[in-house]
Amino acid sequence: MGRSGSNALKVTTPSDREMVMTRDFDAPRDLVFEAHSSCEHMSHWWGPRRYKFVSCEIDFRPSGAWRIVHGADGEEYAFRGEYREIVRPERIVWTFEFEGMPGHFTVETMTLEEHDGKTTLTSTSVFDSVEERDGMLESGMESGAAESMERLDEYLEVLKESKAG
Amino acid sequence: MTTATERLDRTFGALADPTRRAILARLRTGEASVTELAEPFEMSLPAVSKHLKVLERAGLIARGRERQWRPARLEAEPLKEVAEWTERYRRFWEESYDRLDGYLEELQDRGKEKDDGQKR
Repeated sequence: MGRSGSNALKVTTPSDREMVMTRDFDAPRDLVFEAHSSCEHMSHWWGPRRYKFVSCEIDFRPSGAWRIVHGADGEEYAFRGEYREIVRPERIVWTFEFEGMPGHFTVETMTLEEHDGKTTLTSTSVFDSVEERDGMLESGMESGAAESMERLDEYLEVLKESKAG
Repeated sequence: MTTATERLDRTFGALADPTRRAILARLRTGEASVTELAEPFEMSLPAVSKHLKVLERAGLIARGRERQWRPARLEAEPLKEVAEWTERYRRFWEESYDRLDGYLEELQDRGKEKDDGQKR
């Protein structure tokens, strides 16, 4: 446990909605990957120390869901998400959602690189909202319609501006 | 009444666009008119006005009342909320990774003990 000093977390924020966290671990990457793959492992390290797992479900495969409830002093907090991509032992793309703030989620891309028995974990988190995600999933037709509305909107603005001016 | 979640939603939505982020960056140096804001972008005034509306709805900027010259200025509160949320998230993972560090050490020690046991 005493080795965390030299392996401290580095954080950069390339944009307002992105956070990149990098951290070294004195362990082979197979093991670091493994530690992410089950409730048994996650219950030993995931979340702040004072919270204990109340329940945990992890369906560790692409499109599989996860949900973890942890708590302390009678208070419980639930988190959920899904696995979007799993490439053993180097990459996991998963979403992270706090049920206390429904609709907000973070897409996390975690990559592991091994060098001299050490592993560098890099996690890129993009903060997003369900509203936007669903917006992105709109069919081409819908976005075509949206674009038309936008153009109409812009045109109305031009009319307004020319009247005002 | 809008909830904190809805507010955060709007803030994130507004920040999703690079042009809007550039506009906010410009407003950090002081208030500006639509014409001034449009200058660095190859964009029509109505298009810039639209971006300003999104930013205004998200509470990220406020605009003057004057009809012709409606200067926009930065409002700090929603950005503070985003910063708090991301800060909490960072702390969550920082502590988790510290614990993971200890746990991995434990797992490896356990593995070694097993190996030693087999050798004997």
